[in-house]
Amino acid sequence: MSLPKDLLLSMYECMALIRAFEEACVQLYMEKEIRGSFHPCVGQEATAVGACFAINPDDYLTCTYRGHGACIAKGIDVNAAMAEMLGRKTGVSKGKGGSMHWTDPSIGLLGENAIVAAGVPIAAGAALSAQLDGNGRVALTIFGDGAINQGVFHEALNMAQLWKLPLILLCENNFYAEMTPLAKSNPLAQVADRAKGYNMRAVVVDGNDVCAVYEAVREAAQLARTGEGPTFIEARTYRLLGHMIGDSESYRTKEEVAAWRERDPIKRLRAHLAQAEGVTDAEFDAIHARVNRQIEAAVQFAKASPYPDPEEAYTDFWI
Amino acid sequence: MRELTYTQALREALTEEMERDPNIILMGEDIGAYGGVFRVTEGLLARFGPERVRDTPISEAGFIGMGVGLAMTGKRPVPELMFMDFALVAADSIWNQAAKMRAMSGGRVKVPMVIRAQQGGGRGNGAQHSQSFEALFTHIPGFKVVLPATPADAKGLLKSALRDDNPVMFIEHKLLYNTKGPVPDGEYTIPLGVADVKREGSDLTIVSYSRQLLFALEAAETLQQEHGISAEVIDLRCTVPMDVATIVQSLRKTHRLLITHESHASCGVGAEIAMRVMETAFDELDAPIVRVAGLDVPIHVSKTLEEVVLPQPSAIVRGALRLMRG
Repeated sequence: MSLPKDLLLSMYECMALIRAFEEACVQLYMEKEIRGSFHPCVGQEATAVGACFAINPDDYLTCTYRGHGACIAKGIDVNAAMAEMLGRKTGVSKGKGGSMHWTDPSIGLLGENAIVAAGVPIAAGAALSAQLDGNGRVALTIFGDGAINQGVFHEALNMAQLWKLPLILLCENNFYAEMTPLAKSNPLAQVADRAKGYNMRAVVVDGNDVCAVYEAVREAAQLARTGEGPTFIEARTYRLLGHMIGDSESYRTKEEVAAWRERDPIKRLRAHLAQAEGVTDAEFDAIHARVNRQIEAAVQFAKASPYPDPEEAYTDFWI
Repeated sequence: MRELTYTQALREALTEEMERDPNIILMGEDIGAYGGVFRVTEGLLARFGPERVRDTPISEAGFIGMGVGLAMTGKRPVPELMFMDFALVAADSIWNQAAKMRAMSGGRVKVPMVIRAQQGGGRGNGAQHSQSFEALFTHIPGFKVVLPATPADAKGLLKSALRDDNPVMFIEHKLLYNTKGPVPDGEYTIPLGVADVKREGSDLTIVSYSRQLLFALEAAETLQQEHGISAEVIDLRCTVPMDVATIVQSLRKTHRLLITHESHASCGVGAEIAMRVMETAFDELDAPIVRVAGLDVPIHVSKTLEEVVLPQPSAIVRGALRLMRG
């Protein structure tokens, strides 16, 4: 971990913010303030933050229904995101998209997606757009290990490499495709081997090491911007909560989860910052207090916001 | 007025709009170097270059998904489905992505993408190369749906589609490409969602679109010549938006309605037209509406079977005679 202290502290705060956001949403879901689908990304904060901090504000991003972390790291307005979770008019998608469809073109966010792997060709399209315009932008698409078995994933990889698109494919390998273990869903020794069939550059990183993710994505972005084409990054991580709220988690042991809790990416970065950079407990307390205030304010904002009017069922659709 | 084929009219629309708007990008299988299997894009690669006339791998889901990404970032992609049947391969990109992206984002993005495809039977291409899917596109909200029957309409409607900010499904018919018709010189567009009275009449109203419209016109001529029945023929031209007003206006004169389309009868566009007419103009009807549509079976190859599955002009004539007795 050789990145500047200020950057590490910013990434730490963002990871803490994501964790607090997701934990608040779990609570709000239990209280039935949040309806429908919610797939928390607790435990995967380092991949989201490392990746999004390594690209520019005007670069493009698509991600999955477990994409809150990436969206927050890319700069989504947390109040509007929370309001969206609660189905309010002030939400980032005016209450029409919910947890799985946060979209904000002003930060390059071309959408989370509720369909596994669907964001991959969309990001490839954005990358083609950037290539045609010669504007130096890149597109980052984040997806899980389940996505590597979808047809459209393969189609997009093939075209991305064929046309040398400025695309970064970041696979958050959390070892489970919904409830199915990785080894039961594909025969590869490692997920990154998928890229070999497309003659695509591939790297494997520890997805719970925010610096490793940052450096891998930064290098991939550099290559993409200079016409070297796409990179496939496998970031190994783990979701500490179930696939969705209410998941029995019968497919994994408590011991396995406990072992990964020891590798919690936030704890790891904190330990590093304390040891190598001398950050004190008081400084960490200040960060967490700031994050908690921000989330409390977001929940307050969301709860105080009106629901959409019935007439809005017809708006924001046809142009 | 000069005469062009349907193919030439489409190519002229693409060329003019690509000259006007550098953001228009064509993509699809064999559309560039080969010129398209129906020759619509012939010559466009030489004129606009490989970046704007992009040959793709056989990956309909992938390149239409990329079209969504292109459209969300300022381009106007025009992906081509070589056969409409392949829409099912790309169903997620079409219906879960393109059709819903704007609504799911609360209106924060738009997807100005025109998917071009040719559909329909009559050429012995069989069950996986002859289907008509306008009903699918009409059922799932999100696409405007255009089905021109004549060269002049093909040009004017395609130009409008290429300027529309919504996703548009532009549906051609494989047996219309070589048909000829008058096409105006100079710049013109035809608005989407406006039906056109292709033949005036007073005894009954026939509503159709795409190639079936030509069958309707043929049937109308037979009705006049052999039975002394005067049929008004309306070309719906678009199923989304659906111009029911023009149909109702005709019914105020004829009070009898026959709907004919090549695609399967069940839950087809005809059923929707009939329902909307009933809801808005029930009192205008002097007889039950007649529907002449494709059978609810896959489209067989052999000519004797295909002509049973797909409604021929003679079936429209029989339907009209039944309607007049009703």
